[in-house]
Amino acid sequence: MRVGKELLRVKDLKVSLIDGGGYKTIIDDVSLSIHEGETVGLIGPTGSGKTVTAKAILGVLQPIGAARPQWSIEGEVLYRGRDLLKISGEEFRRLRGDEVSMIFQKPAGSLNPILEVGEQTGEPVDAHEEIERRRLREMVIDHLGRVELPDAGRRFRWFPHQFSGGEAQRIMIASALICNPSLVVADEPTSDLDVTVQRQVLELLKRVKGEFGLSMLLITHDLGVIAEMSDYVYVMYAGRIIEHGDVYGIFEDPTHPFTRGLLRSTPRIDSDRFELIDMPGELPQPPYDIPGCVFHPRCSQVTDACREKKPVLTECRPGHHVACLRAGET
Amino acid sequence: MTEKKPAVSRTRMRLDQLIKGAREFAAIYRSSTPGLVGLAILMFLVLTAVFAPYISPYDPYTRVDRPLRPPSDKYLLGTNDIGQDIFSELIYGTRVSLTIGFLAAIFTVVIGTLVGVVSGFMGGSVDEVLMRFTDVIMILPSIPLLILLMAIFGRQSYLIMILAISITGWTGTARMVRSSTMSIEERTYVEASKAIGAGEGHIILKHVLPNVSPLIIATMIYQVAGAMMSEAGLSFLGLGDPGHKSWGMVLHYAQTSGGWYANQGYPAWWWIIPPGLLIAFTVASLVLIGQTMEEIINPRLRMR
Repeated sequence: MRVGKELLRVKDLKVSLIDGGGYKTIIDDVSLSIHEGETVGLIGPTGSGKTVTAKAILGVLQPIGAARPQWSIEGEVLYRGRDLLKISGEEFRRLRGDEVSMIFQKPAGSLNPILEVGEQTGEPVDAHEEIERRRLREMVIDHLGRVELPDAGRRFRWFPHQFSGGEAQRIMIASALICNPSLVVADEPTSDLDVTVQRQVLELLKRVKGEFGLSMLLITHDLGVIAEMSDYVYVMYAGRIIEHGDVYGIFEDPTHPFTRGLLRSTPRIDSDRFELIDMPGELPQPPYDIPGCVFHPRCSQVTDACREKKPVLTECRPGHHVACLRAGET
Repeated sequence: MTEKKPAVSRTRMRLDQLIKGAREFAAIYRSSTPGLVGLAILMFLVLTAVFAPYISPYDPYTRVDRPLRPPSDKYLLGTNDIGQDIFSELIYGTRVSLTIGFLAAIFTVVIGTLVGVVSGFMGGSVDEVLMRFTDVIMILPSIPLLILLMAIFGRQSYLIMILAISITGWTGTARMVRSSTMSIEERTYVEASKAIGAGEGHIILKHVLPNVSPLIIATMIYQVAGAMMSEAGLSFLGLGDPGHKSWGMVLHYAQTSGGWYANQGYPAWWWIIPPGLLIAFTVASLVLIGQTMEEIINPRLRMR
């Protein structure tokens, strides 16, 4: 059972690239919800559309590449009941940073190399309200202290290259939290860091989450991170959510063949199993154009029906949903 | 009092930073001989321009002797067809030529940057319209266009000439600034800035402009060289401001008032060669400076 009020609800989100008149669907039929105080994990292989989902929620999908194809976003993104896809750009801008914030994957790249970190940490405040320089400075130093950046006062005017990756990520977290948002989207916050620093950053995220009363959408492909951090998990594959349930359900009793395969191919410290079993086949590349179940080309239990019929998410047991035609059989 | 203190220290920190940056830049610049030669020539010319009234022996706009006297102790580069001292003319001409060159370059870069940033940042149809407009200006041959603009708007004013040069010369800068704006826009920190609610103005001022400014400054030096050549060309063709004699104007008078056979049937070399050399040296020095700056800004060029 999920507790708390629903904070964000994404309904039937479909994101496509408009490329030379044609639509290339990147994610389709994505529905998810985040409740107050929850950490929701979004897991899936590279290119499955996790980041696109996050950016669509925050409205920061950018035109990419030289041809600059535009994005088309359909569906609903309800934040506290307001549809973010229908509000004006200016309204959305005010919401970003203030209510909904994001932590990016590459901490070093997320900081402008020629701007002092103090100024960058305070950027969200600067973007939302008129504030006296001195007060902003105090606020920034206070927040940098809360993310345990050593010596924040002295290093206020340093430039990003003078910080380590872990420190840069701390700065990004401070910047994301400085306006007291309710929801933080963390897009692979630890993927670019080495293992010991990963641990520290995860501990920090856990701590600030309690301290600031945050809800979090945690995107990663690291099962360990998900198992440790999240309360509820969505599994994405080829632009679709294929399974979701609370974290125990996903890890103890995975139902979708992909989730099962994923867990079988990951070493676990609490299991006697030594053999890791890999999944046959290759990761599909977006845009996806797979008839039937998106996983059927790689599935070991594929039937003729799987090749034609798209499975819908159905509740296979209380609180656990899966999109598999054969879910009831085993 | 406590209110003011941080503001003061902030400006001072900024200044310190700027000085530190400038020092680093100077340290690299000093290791480049061509850059130093170019800078020396330019400094010499700038000083000449600034102190023209003190250096020049005569007033370049009054007759001082008989026409067409060859160089002598009294007139270092002789006199022209109406007996004005050519050496003084050239010293004062440095002022006019450099002023037009630098001002035109500044305007050029300002227009180019404005168009480039807006185009690169807005994208879509704004970008399309601005870039097509840029293309149109770009393919118009610039010299005839300049001649036309000067002929219509102002043969009498060097301000008009500055504007005409800027209006025809901003296209390259605009394209360059546009492409580098687009590449900066795709960096993660711009995305991060958007994700925390920064508006477009904020992103342009805080992220895009500071990151393209080194490039802009380096191209500006080349623009000065280009503008000075355009000025010389236009003035030579007689479209200059007679009230402000530039090097090109000196050449123009030499051409129209018989400088080619004034020396007993031969060219009055003291009238023709010095202004030509001055133009060539100035442009060369600017190019040397520009290249050195480009090397510093773009480390890939330093390998060569």
